[in-house]
Amino acid sequence: MKQVTRRLAMLTAIALTLGACSSVPLEEEKGAPIDNRGAAGSGGTPAPSEPAARSAVAPVQAASTASTGLQAALSDPSSPVFRKIVYFDFDSFEIREEFRGLIQAHASFLQANKQLKVAIQGHTDERGTREYNLALGQKRAEAVRKALVTLGVADTQLEAVSFGEEKPMNQANDEAAYAQNRRAELVYQQ
Amino acid sequence: MNFIPRRLILSRILAALFTLPIYLVLGLQPFAQQRVDVSGVAQSLLPLSVANFASDQRVRTDVSGVVHSDLGRSGLFNMIDSGIVLADTGPVPAELRGKGIDMLVSGSVSRLADGRFDVRYRLNDLVKQRAVFQRSIVVHPDDLRMAGHRIADEVFEALTGEKGIFSTRIAYVSKQATRYVLQIADWDAESPQLALSSAEPIISPRWSPDGSKLAYVSFESKKPVVYVHNLATGERLAVANFRGSNSAPAWAPDGQQLAVSLTMDGMSQIYLVSARGGSPRRLTSSNSIDTEPVFSPDGRSVYFTSDRAGSPQIYQVSSQGGEARRVTFGSPYSTSARVSPDGKLLAYITRRDGRYLVAVRELASGNDTLVSETGREEAPSFSPNGKWVMYASRRGGRDALIAASVDGKVKQQLASLSGDMREPAWGPLPSK
Repeated sequence: MKQVTRRLAMLTAIALTLGACSSVPLEEEKGAPIDNRGAAGSGGTPAPSEPAARSAVAPVQAASTASTGLQAALSDPSSPVFRKIVYFDFDSFEIREEFRGLIQAHASFLQANKQLKVAIQGHTDERGTREYNLALGQKRAEAVRKALVTLGVADTQLEAVSFGEEKPMNQANDEAAYAQNRRAELVYQQ
Repeated sequence: MNFIPRRLILSRILAALFTLPIYLVLGLQPFAQQRVDVSGVAQSLLPLSVANFASDQRVRTDVSGVVHSDLGRSGLFNMIDSGIVLADTGPVPAELRGKGIDMLVSGSVSRLADGRFDVRYRLNDLVKQRAVFQRSIVVHPDDLRMAGHRIADEVFEALTGEKGIFSTRIAYVSKQATRYVLQIADWDAESPQLALSSAEPIISPRWSPDGSKLAYVSFESKKPVVYVHNLATGERLAVANFRGSNSAPAWAPDGQQLAVSLTMDGMSQIYLVSARGGSPRRLTSSNSIDTEPVFSPDGRSVYFTSDRAGSPQIYQVSSQGGEARRVTFGSPYSTSARVSPDGKLLAYITRRDGRYLVAVRELASGNDTLVSETGREEAPSFSPNGKWVMYASRRGGRDALIAASVDGKVKQQLASLSGDMREPAWGPLPSK
């Protein structure tokens, strides 16, 4: 619980920074370090700031600067909105207790960034027939959508869709793989 | 004009089918299609032979091989290798009599000045020592295989009184590495032609009643959208691309509208849309999943899958809407209904002891025949004469296509060159 609170605090901080960022176009350069940090995290060595990159920022992109910052928040492992997958039990559409925090974090994030849209993609394991699994995956996506709406997210920011059994996370056909495949993923739109 | 007592031959075939308890696995004939398993063929059915067609040119396509293969796969004939080349004209060599052949197909393939081929063929009754029919067709070189299928259909119809399905086409989805390919092929999955290739999944292809278009679900825009695709022109129209998921297309018999499953109001529900697009009209209203619609052949009702009673079962509702009637009981899982062209049979997937099988139900009696056996079966589809059902079956870690007689007695795995083959849809009879 304490952890959730801490995460929410951090989320609010990020949301506030980003909010400021998007309302003040001159803060472009503030976006750049976040981007670099992301690159350093995956690449191992800190990327030097490049003048070329700075000049490339110029033309249209007040909004795109903000979205770059948001993307960093979404891809930073320490961010509360880093995790985007809700797993489900067999033949179940109920959101397990352990994912309540994740959904709350995304709800706050979406409320703080009303320009964002997210697709909630439902998935099933491979057992059963394709079209019925598509409907079951939809039910999972729908459960997450409803939870977000209940927490105050505008419905216009959300679209629940299903991939059924077509996009397994784990290709194996055993119970462990099935458990990874029964899921709903939050996919933020570009 | 009939030259042979059709009924007699048909009754003989049926008698052989019902009196022979043991079905044998036949070895591949020397000029049959390779890569095909034929099982369940009884040994003492009508003895039939297809001679190698005479040809004055080097012809790429083995037309008589196609005829032999088709008739062999019907499971209704005892295919005997004549070992001879024989044209459609002239007398049948006396030496064939000793081989126990009752009926013989002979023919010739010759190239015309304009590049097309003249295919002449004759069905000979060796018992009565006369020709049943003698005909010819002229085709483009690319249609030589189809000519073989047509000859097989004509022989089949002459000998059984039933329409053949050998010149029909099928659609299926093959998965090759990371790509999904919608293929159109001959009924035996040979000569595939690519209709659509995509990096994202393609499912649920369905033929328009006239065979000119396919409806299917494509995930190319990162969500399921229903398209109608004109096969000759490649033109595509997203007929259902609404908020949420759009799936499970089913053509109305008039080809003017489709039933689809949409989630624009939350849960998957069945709607009707025009084949030219436009606003959907809601058909079912439940607080549960309603999906996989399929029209009855008279267009008056729609069968569909619903979990309104807790588990997925097949229901039937008037195509005007109203109360739905439950059709399947006794299995915890019944999905993917398809109705036979005469409206008498219902093919569907049923779960029995944790295995997913193709069942064929006689709607009048409610009796089920389990057609499949590996337990990983999906997507049944009737042949246009209602005698066969094609489905996808997972075997050896790969999806394969199986064609089975609706009584489950004759089964064959269709050719697969590479990758998975799934989501088969049997097309209508070709228009003449």
